[in-house]
Amino acid sequence: MILRSITLRRTANLSATLLMGGATLLVLLPLIIIFYHIVKMGISSISLDFFTQIPKPTGEAGGGMANGIAGSAIMIGMASLVGLPIGIFGAVYLTEYGTGKLATAIRFCADVLSGIPSIITGMVAYSMLVVPLKGFSALAGSFALSLIMIPIVLRTTEEQLKMVPATLREASLALGVPLWRTSIKVTLRSALTGVITGVLLAIARVAGETAPLLFTALGNQFWSKKLTEPMAALPLQIFNFAISPYEDWHRLAWAGALVLVVLMFGLSLAARWLGRSKHS
Amino acid sequence: MNSKLAIRDLNIHFGDNHAVKNVAMEVAENSVTAIIGPSGCGKSTVLRSINRMHDLTPSARVTGTIMLDDTDIYGRSVDPVTIRRRVGMVFQKPNPFPAMSIYDNVIAGYKLNGVLKKGDADEIVESSLKRVALWDEVKDRLRTGAVELSGGQQQRLCIARTIAVKPEVILMDEPASALDPISTLKIEELIEDLKSKYTIVIVTHNMQQAARVSDVTAFFYIGELVEIGETRKVFTNPEKKQTEDYITGRFG
Amino acid sequence: MQNSAQGIKGDAIFRGFTLLLACSIIVILLLMTAEMVKESLPAISRFGWRFISGSTWDAVQEEFASLPYLYGSIVSSILAILLATPLSIGTALFITELAPRKVGAATAALVELLAAIPSVIYGLWGILVMTPWLQSTIQPFLIEHFGFLPFFRGAPYGVSMLAAVFILMIMIVPIITSITKEVLMAVPSSQKEAAIALGATRWEMIRMAVLPYGRSGILGAVILGLGRAIGETMAVTMVIGNTPKISLSLLSPAYTMPSVIANEFAETTTKMHASALMEIGLILLFVTLVINFLARMLLWSVTRKWKGGVA
Repeated sequence: MILRSITLRRTANLSATLLMGGATLLVLLPLIIIFYHIVKMGISSISLDFFTQIPKPTGEAGGGMANGIAGSAIMIGMASLVGLPIGIFGAVYLTEYGTGKLATAIRFCADVLSGIPSIITGMVAYSMLVVPLKGFSALAGSFALSLIMIPIVLRTTEEQLKMVPATLREASLALGVPLWRTSIKVTLRSALTGVITGVLLAIARVAGETAPLLFTALGNQFWSKKLTEPMAALPLQIFNFAISPYEDWHRLAWAGALVLVVLMFGLSLAARWLGRSKHS
Repeated sequence: MNSKLAIRDLNIHFGDNHAVKNVAMEVAENSVTAIIGPSGCGKSTVLRSINRMHDLTPSARVTGTIMLDDTDIYGRSVDPVTIRRRVGMVFQKPNPFPAMSIYDNVIAGYKLNGVLKKGDADEIVESSLKRVALWDEVKDRLRTGAVELSGGQQQRLCIARTIAVKPEVILMDEPASALDPISTLKIEELIEDLKSKYTIVIVTHNMQQAARVSDVTAFFYIGELVEIGETRKVFTNPEKKQTEDYITGRFG
Repeated sequence: MQNSAQGIKGDAIFRGFTLLLACSIIVILLLMTAEMVKESLPAISRFGWRFISGSTWDAVQEEFASLPYLYGSIVSSILAILLATPLSIGTALFITELAPRKVGAATAALVELLAAIPSVIYGLWGILVMTPWLQSTIQPFLIEHFGFLPFFRGAPYGVSMLAAVFILMIMIVPIITSITKEVLMAVPSSQKEAAIALGATRWEMIRMAVLPYGRSGILGAVILGLGRAIGETMAVTMVIGNTPKISLSLLSPAYTMPSVIANEFAETTTKMHASALMEIGLILLFVTLVINFLARMLLWSVTRKWKGGVA
């Protein structure tokens, strides 16, 4: 390599540099285009009605996705109720006691689980809840979402807990505080902002999930009265309206996409900001 | 004087590494015992075994007996938490809880265990901070964060936190090694003062410090207790050649 | 202090409690697999191997075989990976080795944002913006100039295998890029400095020190991307045309395993139809399990994340 002419080497270096830069541009270009369309179409379609009305029948202009927004909030809330404690305290186990083979197996399963297509989670939730309860329901949707949440929360929380200095745990233990209280009041407490960051990212992730809701929550054109009924969700409505042939519904889908993307970026910006303020 | 701690046949392994070998020593009540020796000699390892801090390290195995009065610290039915309440510890680097105020740090031992009445708290905070001569420096800003204190103040706060839970023995793991000379002096004065009420075991790599603060000095070398005796004697007329070489600076 | 016996007991209870929750991960994985196997059994016993070799999908006759879906999934994912891999590695190298610190950080942040966009939004953009554009520009161009190749025959429908490949590529690039970036950042700087000290140019340093060191990690990232592509449901369903036909032409509509599940599962009328879809799900689960297993093995060997525990 050293023996090759210097011009040749410089040329190779330059072309490689240009290729890398070019690849980066090609990667970022779709992002910019997609953003442009979401913002342009979304802003022109969004109105107060979007947040207060339910969808109008085809042919009628207007309407909104209030039931979808509420449905998503309810189902994410219920999924968090189950998924967050399991993920967070599972991570506490891995941090405090997780040195053996079992802990390695748990970490590995969590990583593998988070790579399983979410539509399969939906099928499992279908056969475990929809079939026995004899109907699509918000409950089944929440269950599917919580299954997706658990491995994400577990791994991100463990990363955060591992960063808590051992000296703090030792300080607490040396005061005669039992390990379990130390875990909760010192280790978890010290990593709190990091844990919240992970939770926000997990919520952002499930907020956009559509496939696992297709045959669990199913969707609903109207307000749901019970958790055992089908329930609307924002991403489901975006999907159904996007593949419909109606212009009015396309506009609602764009508005929904804008709301979802703003929510997403809001959550991940909040997470980023929290993560940063902790380090300063 | 009564023997407060009696260590017999103490062996500590980390996996295959035999870190502490057949140590036997006694610590008298209301005395200061200094443990000295070159780094890696196992002095901190011995210290941490006295309040069962090695329980947290899965690879660590501690055998032998350590009697705290009449209790075998490693006895079958003994709760490490109870031991740690009787045997407090001050660490090398000041480690106040960063999320807590000065006030809360002092009563952290109670707060974290969830057992404290408001009236008692004020009293404990004041007496503990006075005991470590920090009260006058911080009494006007008890509610501010502990991390805003200087390193020396933080370490005294950590000592206040330790004595607040009324231990019988205080273990100190090189408590002044991260501090400036003036703060170090204050800590040393404090140790002298605390002796009247507590039994103190201090690990230090600073021989002058050991000579200044301790009544008894133990010299460790590669996991073994080479010599233990009255401090003045160990420093002026050691029995073993290794001890002499170390304190005269020929190795270590 | 009063509660002195709480140590041993409390710690044992706490340990048991957290262990139980941590183990739920393993339980979930086993339960999902068991459930999928159980529900697929009727289809497996009725159709046997013919399920993956045949191409009839007829809910009325209750005759089910999945080859067109397998074909669609494999072709769309492989092509997307082939396009995405060089772009992702290039971008990751740009971020870690080439760009000034701030530009690199900003690019990385943008890529993360791209990875956070939900699949249904890619689908929305794909069906309402990208496919009409493909139909009016790219596809006629391909037909006119490359129509002699079997890959570019037929009419420009818009929704097509090509659209699925493009949308998949856009979606998996951020994933591969961000993991590759992590892998490259784990390359010790001593390796790079050694190359630079020998008089290597930047590109030679990358070739000598960075890429060989990160090879297995990058492979892991690519395999993980493949797993994502195969399991990707919503965006593909919205742009691929959902036609169970095996065609060499990238301009024809096609169908994938997740898409057929998404479209039909909620509306199955017979047990056998549901079971056949479950079997497709089981195949998908099996494939993604193997892929993720491989990818994590490769990635763990680089980032050594399993070494947790006591400092």
